[in-house]
Amino acid sequence: MPAFPAAARVALADTQLRHNLAHATRTIRDKRAAVVGEVAQWEALRLAGAAVKESALLDLDRHLEQLEERLTAAGATVHWARDAEEACAVVAAVARAHGVDEVVKVKSMATAEIGLNEALAAEGIAAWETDLAELIVQLGGDLPSHILVPAIHRNRAEIREIFRREMAAAGRPAPDDLTDEPAVLAAAARAHLREKFLRAKVGVSGANFAVAESGTLVVVESEGNGRMCLTLPEVLVSVVGIEKVVPTWEALDPLLRLLPRSSTGERMNPYTSTWSGVTPGDGPQEVHVVLLDAGRTRALADEVGRQALRCIRCSACLNVCPVYERTGGHAYGSVYPGPIGAILNPLMKGVGQAGPEGAQTDSLPYASSLCGACFEVCPVRIDIPSVLVDLRAQVVDAHRGDRGVKGEAVAMRAAAWSFSDARRLAWAERASGVAGRVLTRLGRTTLPGGRRAAGRLPGPGAAWTGARDLPAPPRESFRAWWARTRPTQEDDR
Amino acid sequence: MVTCVNDAMFPETGKAVVRLLERLGVEVDFPAAQTCCAQPMVNTGYLDEAVPVVRTFVEAFDGYDAVVTPSGSCAGSARHQHAIVARRSGDPALAAAVERTAPRTYELSEFLVDVLGVVDVGAYFPHTVTYHPTCHSLRMLGVGDRPRRLLEAVRGLRLVELPGAAECCGFGGTFAVKNSDTSIAMGADKARHVRGTGAEVLVAGDNSCLVHVGGVLSRQQAGVRVVHLAEVLASTEEDAADEPPQTSPATAVGRAPLQGERTP
Repeated sequence: MPAFPAAARVALADTQLRHNLAHATRTIRDKRAAVVGEVAQWEALRLAGAAVKESALLDLDRHLEQLEERLTAAGATVHWARDAEEACAVVAAVARAHGVDEVVKVKSMATAEIGLNEALAAEGIAAWETDLAELIVQLGGDLPSHILVPAIHRNRAEIREIFRREMAAAGRPAPDDLTDEPAVLAAAARAHLREKFLRAKVGVSGANFAVAESGTLVVVESEGNGRMCLTLPEVLVSVVGIEKVVPTWEALDPLLRLLPRSSTGERMNPYTSTWSGVTPGDGPQEVHVVLLDAGRTRALADEVGRQALRCIRCSACLNVCPVYERTGGHAYGSVYPGPIGAILNPLMKGVGQAGPEGAQTDSLPYASSLCGACFEVCPVRIDIPSVLVDLRAQVVDAHRGDRGVKGEAVAMRAAAWSFSDARRLAWAERASGVAGRVLTRLGRTTLPGGRRAAGRLPGPGAAWTGARDLPAPPRESFRAWWARTRPTQEDDR
Repeated sequence: MVTCVNDAMFPETGKAVVRLLERLGVEVDFPAAQTCCAQPMVNTGYLDEAVPVVRTFVEAFDGYDAVVTPSGSCAGSARHQHAIVARRSGDPALAAAVERTAPRTYELSEFLVDVLGVVDVGAYFPHTVTYHPTCHSLRMLGVGDRPRRLLEAVRGLRLVELPGAAECCGFGGTFAVKNSDTSIAMGADKARHVRGTGAEVLVAGDNSCLVHVGGVLSRQQAGVRVVHLAEVLASTEEDAADEPPQTSPATAVGRAPLQGERTP
């Protein structure tokens, strides 16, 4: 995966993608704003949500042990996975033990994060996504580009084409008279998926929350496919990030109220499913829970960044982000795109690592204009801009000892040098005034209002002047004007 | 504080602030030791490099009643980022100095409305104007409708709504260069909205955002001028009378005075 600026360039050139994204994000954004506006005490609710997650994270070890104890008592088998490899191995072992060559899945960020489908495929086990958007992405041989709406980058016509082309090879084919009407597309998906639900012996899920006091996992969803996956198969494996735990049902209350309004712009999510171990004669008779670290304890150790673990995956930050709106999710090179992905990935993977993967991670904290729209909408008040700035400092510090001279570091040191002493700055401004006179002669453009623009600049300046005019520096700086016109002021600069 | 961008590139904005504040009876000083708020370093992640710059800031402004700056971004930097830099430096004296200057640093519209208690500053600006509330003014500082109230009180000024006003213009400091393609895409959308309003002038409280959107508008030969809020508020009927008739901006070749600039 290339670093963000290069990946973004590819996405920006795709006009269909940009059109789809702008339309979809605007629609969700408006819906969210409307339903959030209905809650009089939204800010108080946000504070409550943030406080619940923050205190749960502070005592994470205790809550996790309680969760394990209660789940085990209820007949579930709890596994601890340090990384993606260990987690995938647990799921594969369960599937192998039951001799299956396919599993059905409820949409899960954690299993996408650890690359479970690919790991199972390598063992000859097909993992079928049952969330409609995930199904579209999977059949299209594509990657999800949004946390909540994985196929946000696809339009109806594209979806019809994917169904016609790919459904037959994966199971029940699309009907011959398939149109691009949403209801017709949904009916085709329903018929296709129903066969899979009824056939599969093993289901795989994630969880939105885990309640420690009762050992209960919670999934919220809109389509009901998740409930099918959780109840129909004989065996269920749930892969749950360790940051999902909350101590009590009471603590869950603000989160269940914040999530649907922030994510889908609904007052309440249509389906809330909960399960605690095994209930004889009802639902899966063998339940496994994989508690996944995969970088979460690393993020927890980061004093500024740990607040990112409050994230309840609502994706409100994606929908308001002007960078995400133009580049889409693939440019972030992770299942966690947008502003939250720009902090979560570096926090979980660590910055400053060598190689192209390290460079990709290091590029993410810079994939933001720091406009602050993400912080404004975050239901659990993650101060994403502050975390981004802190991570940028970590990236810079991690590379301070690198061999070779980096132009940016030189420029920053030079700027700091001249900004540390006004006499140096005044000298630099006199030089820029001289340059301005030269550039004014070279530049052929006059800005509205009459000021001359500098010509197109070479080197790093070209990144600016490629598509934007730049006013030529003035002959006289403000400080020079002040010193000239206010001779009564003491000034020896 | 006249920000480094205004000092070096847009001295007219600083002059406008001085003229406006003196007209309102404020005693204005420009401590020559001032340089920059350190935001370029902080936002790019060079916190060690930011330490001496923040030190210069607090030394230059310690002892004043108020530090007024025509930039939401720089005021936000002083109020929210200087403490981070001071903490990093491990110097308690610097942290204490930051605690003194940070709460007394105001963006221009905050100072006018909250501290001076004025909304009508006696300005005259006979143009159709649209206003872009810059992100740091809007979200980091929360200046709210103060700039709009100030603009609405300007005689001769017609304010037209900018669609998607609260969306970022794409400048974002070094973001404009490090992610130039995305920055330009955002700037192009902002410019499209500005053109759609039919306004002659785009006003904002940050020259950094204006140089970005203005640069895109200029490359598109849109004929829309960008003017800092301070220059609009400093304008008087006298200035308007001095202003020579406007030629079509896209084809103008001579140097017309910038808004607020006094002809010799």
